[in-house]
Amino acid sequence: MIAGVFSQIGQSFQQLIGDVSSNPLFYLISFVLILSALMVVTLKNIFHSALFLILTLFSVAGIYILLHAEFLAAVQVLIYVGAVAILIIFAIMLTSQLTSKRIVQTNEQVTVALLICFGFLGTAFLSIPYTVWRIADVALPAENIFTLGKLLMTDYVLPFEVVSIVLLAALIGAVVLARREGS
Amino acid sequence: MEITGIFKYLYELLQSTGLPQVLVDIIALASAAVMIFGVLAVIALFLVWWERKVSAHIQQRFGPMRTGWHGWRQTIADAVKLLQKEDITPSTVDRPVFFWAPVIAFVAAFMVYVTIPFGDGLIVSDLNIGILFIIAITTFTIISLLMAGWGSNNKYALLGGMRSAAQVVSYEVPMVVSVLAVIVFAGSLSMVDIVQSQAKIYKWYFFRLPFGPIAFFTYIIAATAETNRTPFDLPEAEQELVAGFNVEYSGMKFAMFFLAEFVNMFTVSAIGATLFFGGWQGPLLPSWVWFLVKTFALVFVLMWFRWTYPRLRVDQLMEFSWKFLLPVSFANLILAGWMKYSGWFNW
Repeated sequence: MIAGVFSQIGQSFQQLIGDVSSNPLFYLISFVLILSALMVVTLKNIFHSALFLILTLFSVAGIYILLHAEFLAAVQVLIYVGAVAILIIFAIMLTSQLTSKRIVQTNEQVTVALLICFGFLGTAFLSIPYTVWRIADVALPAENIFTLGKLLMTDYVLPFEVVSIVLLAALIGAVVLARREGS
Repeated sequence: MEITGIFKYLYELLQSTGLPQVLVDIIALASAAVMIFGVLAVIALFLVWWERKVSAHIQQRFGPMRTGWHGWRQTIADAVKLLQKEDITPSTVDRPVFFWAPVIAFVAAFMVYVTIPFGDGLIVSDLNIGILFIIAITTFTIISLLMAGWGSNNKYALLGGMRSAAQVVSYEVPMVVSVLAVIVFAGSLSMVDIVQSQAKIYKWYFFRLPFGPIAFFTYIIAATAETNRTPFDLPEAEQELVAGFNVEYSGMKFAMFFLAEFVNMFTVSAIGATLFFGGWQGPLLPSWVWFLVKTFALVFVLMWFRWTYPRLRVDQLMEFSWKFLLPVSFANLILAGWMKYSGWFNW
């Protein structure tokens, strides 16, 4: 029975990512991705954790490229590596209590957390073959950036603008909070 | 015009020999990497010599004169000397971070050349996200600076690293926005498409008044800051920080930072030449000559800046980026969009 479930998982997997599943690079990148993600949550040096987080996010960009989402990959690197990760590193460098100190990443709830994580992983694994994945039959457009840009400005203009306003509100909020503390 | 990139050409050549697919992939990638490295190592060595000559002549000196004609062999001798030096790692550094920082700086500096067209068809691979790829890869330079600063475990290196990261992050925004103005007009992110939309001299984006020159000047100012050159060289202000983020580095690791710095200077000039001055387009001479002429002209301008202007203060630096350069480039982007929409200068 378990073998059957696994072969079904494999089939859905193949259906989902198509020809990528036969690409050795996919497995190499996934290996780096999982390994570096584990490093992020286990290392004792928080600066090293941040650097491995960058490697994790970069590997995700690699998987996007294998899935022919080049624009998403570039944006992933630009936003997550170029902005978010650098902000994290800045925060670490400017917090004097954190640098050169060995931190403990676990507490007494580690067993519960592990159980919940593995439970979630198992559920995800089992739900893959029993989900109907909607995959478009049309071939990828040669210039998917144009299509993406047009859709963002026509069909999805409302969500796009709402996201912009939410980000702007967060930005103003952060400035206001920082100001109050300073004065 | 059939070949859209050296990489594609190589790939097809190798496939016709009937080698196994994995081997074809590896050989094509490796030879593209070696080609980029070879060309740029020579260019970087030349630029080091040229910088010394330009600075000397601006200060009414001669610069290196003894080795070879006007000292042209000087940088080769210096490079050999640096490579032969003992590789010193101070005892209190964070070893892995200290080791990987120059490697990342070096790789990031060379990686952007995948999408820079050196001539008609002389591009490694014409990615459809061309310019975005370059902008994304340059963020790794900031990470290498932070790693070098933190990993050195030295207060001067840390301050230098923080300063340059803050500076590069601040100036990256106006730089990307001024590049966006060109992308709006070209209607493509591909570097080859951008070059091909500037086939005649009056089509160069620099001459599309009024948005072109504004975009170029904001770009070149931001690019000077991105490469940490005077008047924006606070990260390596010798009087305050000894040498900045690379103070603990010596020998080959220092050479890697040094080379990456000069390659980055060539990169920003090459992007400037491609986006605003028609890239490899030009009459009579081969396309790669035009590309090199335009790029070296921009490199000369950057050198001219460096040896003419005094250094800014840190508050002036930040104010200039956020309160002047950024609003100007945003207004320019809106202007470019409006010009494109109304068909003004839209050849």
